[in-house]
Amino acid sequence: MTSGARSHLPGAGVLGANAFLDALPHGRLAENVLHFVRVLRVAGLPLGPAKVQDALAAVEAVGIAERSDFREALATVLVSRHEHLPIFEQAFDLYWRNPRLLEKMLAALLPKVRGPGGHSEEELPARLAQAMLPAPVRTRHAEGEETELDATLSFSAREVLQKKDFATMSVEELAEAKALLRRMQLPLPDRPVRRTRASPRGHAIDLRATLRQSVGANASITPLRYRARRRRPPPLVVLCDISGSMDRYARMLLHFLHAITNDRHRVHALTFGTRLTNVTRHLRHRDVDVALARVAGAVDDWSGGTRIGACLEEFNRKWSRRLLGQNAVVLLISDGLDADAGEGLAFEAERLAKSCSRLVWLNPLLRYAGFEARPAGIRAILPHVDDFLPVHNLDSLTSLALALAGDRAAPRASLARAA
Amino acid sequence: MAPSAQVPASVDQTLALLTGQDYVADRRLATAVFLALKLSRPLFLEGEAGVGKTEIAKVLAAGLQRPLVRLQCYEGLDTAAAVYEWNYPRQMIEIRLAEAAGNIERTELAHDIFTTRFLLRRPLLQALSPEEGGATVLLIDELDRTDEPFEAYLLEVLSDYQVTIPELGTIRSETPPIVVITSNRTREIHDAIKRRCLYHWVDYPDAARELEIVRRKCPNAAESLAREVVAFTQRLRALDLFKSPGIAETLDWAEALVALDRITLDPQTVADTLGALLKYQDDVGAITPDVAARLVREAQAETAKA
Repeated sequence: MTSGARSHLPGAGVLGANAFLDALPHGRLAENVLHFVRVLRVAGLPLGPAKVQDALAAVEAVGIAERSDFREALATVLVSRHEHLPIFEQAFDLYWRNPRLLEKMLAALLPKVRGPGGHSEEELPARLAQAMLPAPVRTRHAEGEETELDATLSFSAREVLQKKDFATMSVEELAEAKALLRRMQLPLPDRPVRRTRASPRGHAIDLRATLRQSVGANASITPLRYRARRRRPPPLVVLCDISGSMDRYARMLLHFLHAITNDRHRVHALTFGTRLTNVTRHLRHRDVDVALARVAGAVDDWSGGTRIGACLEEFNRKWSRRLLGQNAVVLLISDGLDADAGEGLAFEAERLAKSCSRLVWLNPLLRYAGFEARPAGIRAILPHVDDFLPVHNLDSLTSLALALAGDRAAPRASLARAA
Repeated sequence: MAPSAQVPASVDQTLALLTGQDYVADRRLATAVFLALKLSRPLFLEGEAGVGKTEIAKVLAAGLQRPLVRLQCYEGLDTAAAVYEWNYPRQMIEIRLAEAAGNIERTELAHDIFTTRFLLRRPLLQALSPEEGGATVLLIDELDRTDEPFEAYLLEVLSDYQVTIPELGTIRSETPPIVVITSNRTREIHDAIKRRCLYHWVDYPDAARELEIVRRKCPNAAESLAREVVAFTQRLRALDLFKSPGIAETLDWAEALVALDRITLDPQTVADTLGALLKYQDDVGAITPDVAARLVREAQAETAKA
């Protein structure tokens, strides 16, 4: 591909600098590296301007004689997360192998690319295609060439899944929610950590502070200074059921997830129905509407079936070791109605309970005192939860806040009764 | 101290350096190491447990003949354990002596007891101010075990190779250390740290490389046994296990089989020694006698073919 064809890339103005280009030592190669970094940036890799210089330095150090070295040099500088590696590799293959092939691929991809936006694994080529050629351009070649490439095939296999449309939150609602969430307390007491802070009621003597004080003051008697353990809230992982049976609560739960993700450090949010999706990154957006729109785009299985066992298994395998360090608490929000009729669920629930410090189950279904835990899914999970919050009415944020902050005097008792 | 060996000038030389220390690296890793040395950037290694991340720092230190300074991270790691600590008992004695001698000039005393004489150097400070000259290899091991405040502290160290001690001022390293950071990814490290580093994901080795590693690290194992062990472990990794065995486990297992005087695999021995490879009861349970027998058969068939 000629550099001219790439000049309409988005982000071409990020470095703002043809002057910068001129200053680069390698002419064409430098220019191509620069464009490559832009492509990756648009594809979602967090790459600042300094990375271009780093990449060039790396390429200069390694040389371009060996293709694999060149590739690894760029990867070392430009990739900083394992999950970005596939994007990088595909981009690298597309970009540095055969520029003309790339052009054709993109032309073939374009009609599909305009479809659903999102970040799931299957869509990586789409993201790349968007990054490399975001605006629809007229294909100069006729259909004859299009049939030679089966790039479109990789997308036709994708399930057609329901998307959720979220109404925006009214100003009053937002204000009310904020006020409530400020008062809302999760039933998660702070834990002592190994870090200490100065405290007059501490138990460990703070020698450093004591000595400094003794040197500075004029008294011959030096009072001892003390330190105490710091306390901080434990990391929280929220697993939120968004299947059909939970549909009526979904909107409110997402507001809750957004509020809690932005309110505290160390919160991870995952949604599950028939598949597990980590939505933490999407929820980190300050504006609630933008955040929820992003989640809606990222999650594929709105209001579908529930496969709790399979989703918990996926969590246990793929995420638990990454998210459940440092005494994490898991908040499971689900009605426990499982399409697989509890198949393998007890085992996975037990494993989940064993790998976190506390498993809290928030269930909107168990709201009647005389409710019997008939469904297999509920019976499978119940024995393994530490805290059980039957929520009477989950339709509003108010009631959720009340439920979480409310009287939890006898969770074990209600649990025993329900089981 | 012996003069430091030359820093490799190319990827091939880096590969040779690692191989010379019995570290069988693939070319991608060698490229990452070479760039870290060449561009003086910290090398951030992420990967599953037991794939040889820590070993790289040790091998680099040995190969380049530089002292290795190791900082093992844990939750609550603070500056007193990681950077420096004042030697309080000595300071107190100093104060008492001054008092006994009767020449207490307060400000002077304060100045005296906060000098390097009373400073205990912890790993980070040791790495930044090597006592006999020559840069060190600083290994910050399992960074994911520590908490966010310590990560934030590391930013200053990693970007400017300096630490600030309030009483003494800023201590800056003249020759920056070679920094290797490892993480098992039990949580995500903040992007600010990663941005300052060169990132490399250390993967499980392919069969050929793993065989080479077993040959080098476990020379007592018979060739047939080594091949079968590698073929078996590679198949085990293809299964859907909670924790796949790393290279460290492969080597442990090979050692165990050698200790049992085995020169070939059989299902019973596999069942008896599986604890060296798999560390989760679910995984051990998943390898039933049938599965073990099948894997052994396949491994032996593949070895016979080779």
